[in-house]
Amino acid sequence: MDLNLTEEQDMIVGMVRRFVREEVLPLELDLDPDADELKPEDRERLVEKTREMGLYGLDIPPEYGGPDIDLVTRTLMAIEMSQHRAGLYAPCYGTFGGAGLAQLFEATDDQKERYLYPTLRGEKRGFFGLSEPSGGSDPARAIQTKAVQDGDDWIINGGKLWISGADRADFGLVFARTDADKGRNGVTCFIVDTDMPGFHVRRIVHTLRSAHYATELQFEDLRVPSTNILGEVNRGFAIANDRLTRQRIPYAAGCIGVAIKAQEMALEYVPQRETFGAPLSTRQSIQWMLVDNEIDIKQSIWITLEAANKANKGEPFRKEAAMAKLVATEAGGRVVDRCMQMFGGLGVAKDLPFERWFREMRIRRIGEGPSEVQRHVIARELLGASLR
Amino acid sequence: MAIRLDKPWVPVEDALTRLRGNLGVFELADADGQVVYIGFAGGKSIYGLKGEVNHAVEKMPEAQFVRHEVNTAYQSRFRELLMVHVADHGDLPRYNVEFDMRPNRLGRLSPA
Repeated sequence: MDLNLTEEQDMIVGMVRRFVREEVLPLELDLDPDADELKPEDRERLVEKTREMGLYGLDIPPEYGGPDIDLVTRTLMAIEMSQHRAGLYAPCYGTFGGAGLAQLFEATDDQKERYLYPTLRGEKRGFFGLSEPSGGSDPARAIQTKAVQDGDDWIINGGKLWISGADRADFGLVFARTDADKGRNGVTCFIVDTDMPGFHVRRIVHTLRSAHYATELQFEDLRVPSTNILGEVNRGFAIANDRLTRQRIPYAAGCIGVAIKAQEMALEYVPQRETFGAPLSTRQSIQWMLVDNEIDIKQSIWITLEAANKANKGEPFRKEAAMAKLVATEAGGRVVDRCMQMFGGLGVAKDLPFERWFREMRIRRIGEGPSEVQRHVIARELLGASLR
Repeated sequence: MAIRLDKPWVPVEDALTRLRGNLGVFELADADGQVVYIGFAGGKSIYGLKGEVNHAVEKMPEAQFVRHEVNTAYQSRFRELLMVHVADHGDLPRYNVEFDMRPNRLGRLSPA
């Protein structure tokens, strides 16, 4: 793997970096410290700029109108896009667009007409409904939501937990058990309209993350036509698994970006801040924190870029994606924690972004599969058949 | 935590002497007990709930009563209270509309 950026990558990364510093950071000065959205007029203006830059809709495949940027470059961009206060869960406040639910690129033509294209045009929003109160890390066993066939329809009963965006969505991908005896081969993915009778968003789940909240869903005799099955009956687990693996790379990249920004702020602060007659930067304890930060950041970058590079080449990348997610989320937490320590009281105040990053970074070690599950995935990949 | 803010209403004058500078959410009601505004005291609020309630009642003469909840997850709680109000009454409180104090896209809740 070439460790140097290409000329094109260097240019794109530079564009995104300037965008964050010149367009996003100034707006945050006037926003609530926990905000995750811009004023509509600001958002429109910034979306217009990302379109002019040719970088809107990054994750949309070129055949659907996306900008045709490879995964390594997109990962480098994701590292830049998260370098602001809301960057972990709302990188650039969504002004680079997105593909919505990538699983819909594999949908039928009819499903694409009804869900994918309206999503790409910004007319519809979707959610991803996998986790349940019974657990999210082991979906093959944890899914208890049931779908029973009734003529040409399926009737869904059950519930989901920790689902982001369901209250504002027009439709969602809901995974339900369609064969109780087949484990992971008994799960089907349904496209569910949120305005159908029997679909309920029961509550917001309040967590450390204030604005970008999760919800709890309940399905009561929710009727879904067979034409809304994504993929095949009892083959939903592969759809979920593929999504979980792919999501780990941008998830890691976001943590790296925040860690870089925190380290940058600390490097600027410690030579200025004096204690007992000398700048903080002259204290060995501070220097070692900065060194440990730098090592954490560099390790995370290279492991994450290796995962992106493998995925980009079409090679198996499950182990590398799990390593990236594990290393970047844990390193990001350590870096933000050390930076808070260097800033002292200011570090825990809402005047600076560290306290928000600290809260949100803690969630990253759990969301999209906790560290322990990533280690389990890596061990399984290393040991293979001998583990069974 | 109950999904609705079901604490007893307190006259605005009394509340303003008791409220402190915490982060949190609050509701204002008119003389009939109808909710006219839902607000929050966030990280940029000057003197937290006390400051925000004071600021709101100056702009909303109909507000006679207040109830509040200290809450550091004020953004998600604020949105939840707005959604519950819409679920119960069909629309947002009048001053949230008049002063455009609402998220860009509010979700839908159907509380059990």
